[in-house]
Amino acid sequence: MMKPKPLLAIEDLTKAYPGVVANNRVSFEIEPGEVHALLGENGAGKSTLVKMIYGLVRPDAGRMTLKGEPFEPHEPRAARAAGVAMVFQHFSLFEALNVAENIALGMENAPPQRQLAARITEVSETYGLPLDPDRLVGDLSAGERQRVEIIRCLLQDPQLLIMDEPTSVLTPQEVEILFQTLRKLSAEGTSILYISHKLEEIRALCETATILRGGKVVATCDPRDVSARSLAEMMVGQTLMQPSRARREMGPVRLRIKDLTLAPANPFGTRLKNISLSVQAGEILGIGGVAGNGQDELLSVLSGEVHTKKGAVELNGKPIGDLGPNERRALGLLAAPEERLGHAAAPDMSLTENALLTGWVRKRLSRRGFLNWGKARAFAEEVIADFDVRTPGPANAARALSGGNLQKFVIGREILQAPDVLVVNQPTWGVDASAAAAIRQALLDLAASGAAVICISQDLDELMEISDNFAALNGGNLTPPRPAKGLSVDEIGLMMGGAHDMEAAHVEP
Amino acid sequence: MDLSAINWLLLLASLMVASTPILLAALGELVVEKAGVLNLGVEGMMITGAICGFAIAVETQSPVMGFFAAALGGAVLSLIFGILTQVLLSNQVATGLALTLFGLGLSSLLGQGYIGIKPPLTAKLHIPYLSDIPYLGQILFRHDPLVYFSLILVLVVWLVLKFTRAGLVLRAVGENHDAAHALGFKVVRIRLAAIAFGGACAGLGGAYLSLIRVPQWTEGMTAGAGWIALAIVVFASWKPGRVILGAYLFGGVTVLQLNLQAAGLAIPVEYLSMSPYLITILVLVIMSADRSRAALNAPGCLGRSFHASS
Repeated sequence: MMKPKPLLAIEDLTKAYPGVVANNRVSFEIEPGEVHALLGENGAGKSTLVKMIYGLVRPDAGRMTLKGEPFEPHEPRAARAAGVAMVFQHFSLFEALNVAENIALGMENAPPQRQLAARITEVSETYGLPLDPDRLVGDLSAGERQRVEIIRCLLQDPQLLIMDEPTSVLTPQEVEILFQTLRKLSAEGTSILYISHKLEEIRALCETATILRGGKVVATCDPRDVSARSLAEMMVGQTLMQPSRARREMGPVRLRIKDLTLAPANPFGTRLKNISLSVQAGEILGIGGVAGNGQDELLSVLSGEVHTKKGAVELNGKPIGDLGPNERRALGLLAAPEERLGHAAAPDMSLTENALLTGWVRKRLSRRGFLNWGKARAFAEEVIADFDVRTPGPANAARALSGGNLQKFVIGREILQAPDVLVVNQPTWGVDASAAAAIRQALLDLAASGAAVICISQDLDELMEISDNFAALNGGNLTPPRPAKGLSVDEIGLMMGGAHDMEAAHVEP
Repeated sequence: MDLSAINWLLLLASLMVASTPILLAALGELVVEKAGVLNLGVEGMMITGAICGFAIAVETQSPVMGFFAAALGGAVLSLIFGILTQVLLSNQVATGLALTLFGLGLSSLLGQGYIGIKPPLTAKLHIPYLSDIPYLGQILFRHDPLVYFSLILVLVVWLVLKFTRAGLVLRAVGENHDAAHALGFKVVRIRLAAIAFGGACAGLGGAYLSLIRVPQWTEGMTAGAGWIALAIVVFASWKPGRVILGAYLFGGVTVLQLNLQAAGLAIPVEYLSMSPYLITILVLVIMSADRSRAALNAPGCLGRSFHASS
């Protein structure tokens, strides 16, 4: 039997940036109606590859063929005209514009606003993605924002839909609804190129997987026939170490928040409502939830960047709600925020200087206002050695480190200050799998040594792996913590707010 | 003090004339900032426009040619800023300040032969019926065409920004340049166009000073008008309608304090001279006091350099 002609064929595509070959002779094919996974770690070259297909980046060498015709989009407009649409991971919505305006911007021939609004409503109902065209995007939840992107693509009747890490911001229930929408699209003949590093999702959704590592295709397989573990090992190129947890005793309560309500500092922030929590010595409390439900606000309350009523936050029984970050550090409460460059570390300062910035209080790196550079350098070197930070030395700028290495440095810097309580937000976001495993192990070890750890994260697998108790943030509310052991995915999803107001796709037209 | 010495009719009539230069400059800067660029060189572009317009009007004896030359001069100067900040990625604040200093110096150089000369007069419009309405006609309908042009321009800018695709794209570029780039819009090109428009408007505003309001050429004659235009854009929350309000308030207080000075009010002249600046900023600060709404209107990428790195 003759094979049907592929929708998109990619042959020997190569793209080099100064110092790194992002894609090295990459080839694969996508059949009509196929859900094709592109799998790889951060930095494996997935983004560069799809940007070439979408016309944002031009390949140095290689060929693309779409429906048998040569395909060389020199700008996204050309790609869209040829029937390629893309749902971005970041950077493609305008918060201060409303839904209809955002959608109009991504279309070639946008109809007048009123007609467009009617079509948005129509398409959103067909695919079970309810959306109000007049709402400001800044007021939408992450899941709703993604609907805006998807509908923007669907309005152009694409033949190939590229989705870049679409589920990183969704609850498990929302993911299931998204998959129903995608399966319906695939049944209608739309091909989907699905980029992710979440293996279970790919095994549930995709028919073919192309695995990239270091810019090269290392394997092509049917993910339904392969175990998640062997997919992961193909992706990483080495056997993965599972973090191990020692049995540990819970000690006295270290940190307590009582009935905390807090208005957001910026117009698109989240109001924290009546939050109460407590962590004991030796405990890891995992806080899940979809991004933008109060994670950043909660971290700033704990770190001391935002002040609250004196009694609202207690450390070892002492009220600290009105103390700033340095006073809290002195008392033993340390924090590592999510954004590495610019929040957790100063990008253009050296690692020594960055070590000084949070370490000077507890490590006594200054005397009478003068810095002790020798001690600071020794501290930075200790962090680099203990946490296997790959860098030429402590004089390097923080910006020069890769995401995973800088994250190891940031977390290590706090852990080596021997905190009583450590708060981390997204400790392994954008970090490669082996570095992530090392960071998780370090958090487990810290808890085993008697510290209390609060880990805010959107990676549920990570939270289930390391936490003793699990709570979820949803619209600024925190659910009561429950023991993480034995918690099912459905229960977690419901704690995170379930499917919000999403509904399943209407399968028949 | 003798308040009856003030001719209130003339005062109200000169209000519109006093406000127009600032209105034009602020409107141009509003478009620039909506595209996400902060050009602090308004003062320099205004004064360059003032001398370009003045010189060409004197040489050709045509005020119309003068205004065209002013718009062109302002736009060319602004494109120096545009190329430095958008193509060579220099810092917008520093480059804008340098542009003001450069414009002030350049205009002094160009204007050396033109001190003490009278420019050709710009004819005032006489609109049938409207201009003949008692009182109101004198206040509203007996001005030069540029006064009405500036008001129409405000309306056009508002319509374009709110209702057209071009306006939507411009706002999108200012709101999130990475997203706009990802969707395939030419961020740098759109910003350069906005910068040139802002320069042309500032140039027209400057020429209005030297050709109509004063009318003669003196060094440094803009006297901070460009800076107040910048302030008006921010405090007007980037809304064209409020820019009119801010500009007319400033113009009104300026005219009033001049009349009060003439009437011999027993307040030191210095206080009167500073009053337009103080009152305008005070009123606009109070109007934009609702922080969350003001922040909503501020273009998200204002003042940030864009580089298509990926």
